[in-house]
Amino acid sequence: MQLLRLRPAFQDHQVEYVCTNESNQIDVTAKMHVVTDANIWQKVKLIIMFMEVAWIVLKFRPDIVITTGAAPGYAAIIFGRLFGAKTVWLDSIANHDELSSSGRHAGRWATVWLTQWEHLSVENGPAYWGKVL
Amino acid sequence: MIFVTVGTQLAFDRFVGAMDEWCGANPSVRVFAQVGPTKLAIRHMEHEQFISQERANQLFLDARIIVTHAGMGSVLTGLKYRKPVLIVPRKASLNEHRNDHQLATAKWLAKLSGIHVVWDEKDLASTLDGLEHIQGGAQISEFATPELLNNLNKFISE
Repeated sequence: MQLLRLRPAFQDHQVEYVCTNESNQIDVTAKMHVVTDANIWQKVKLIIMFMEVAWIVLKFRPDIVITTGAAPGYAAIIFGRLFGAKTVWLDSIANHDELSSSGRHAGRWATVWLTQWEHLSVENGPAYWGKVL
Repeated sequence: MIFVTVGTQLAFDRFVGAMDEWCGANPSVRVFAQVGPTKLAIRHMEHEQFISQERANQLFLDARIIVTHAGMGSVLTGLKYRKPVLIVPRKASLNEHRNDHQLATAKWLAKLSGIHVVWDEKDLASTLDGLEHIQGGAQISEFATPELLNNLNKFISE
């Protein structure tokens, strides 16, 4: 949902989406990959999801990876980085008081680590480039 | 019609139970609820655990008002369609989420027009009783702020 609000930023480029719910296809005309939904407590699902994301990144070889989280976004940042992409982690606008835990980890891997709240941006931490709303 | 949604990840029984009770007292009001992975016995409210994105979109469009947890997906969709959005935030102290980001989210969302936060589920019924006075806000853009879009576009094109 927050990611879709960024569409004008990459409208001139070839885009593929990764999400965890196939019914989201109605929102986009571009190709969409569906991966297993998993959070940090679901170890088996987490491993399957990481492998699915790795395979997609390996096949598509993106120049840029942009994600708003959470665990699948983390996987995409890591494999994107390994396969030479520039990566953007945009922490959800819902994280107003503190960064998400996935954001604190994934942000360090990302080329650009962003928060949507100016008061959370710090040196050697996330930067503030604007909001989705 | 009132569209109630709790998102797809977690149950939110304190909220769903309060909605169901209100429906029992107001059988003439049509309510449809997407209730997530709940074990609660829902007696009065038309509901499904999960619905497709397509069905959800239609319900957002058809609803007079959206009643939801403080999840950004539901809130942004409600605002996009200029619907009044009534929010009941999840609390970590009641194991409704991993942390209290929904309370923080509700606090800043409450400043936007068209958003109405119900901090305590006991106040949900009285708020819904005054349904006809609850107004939506101005239409929001379908996209992020120009500032964010420009910054991202610059980075992508470098």
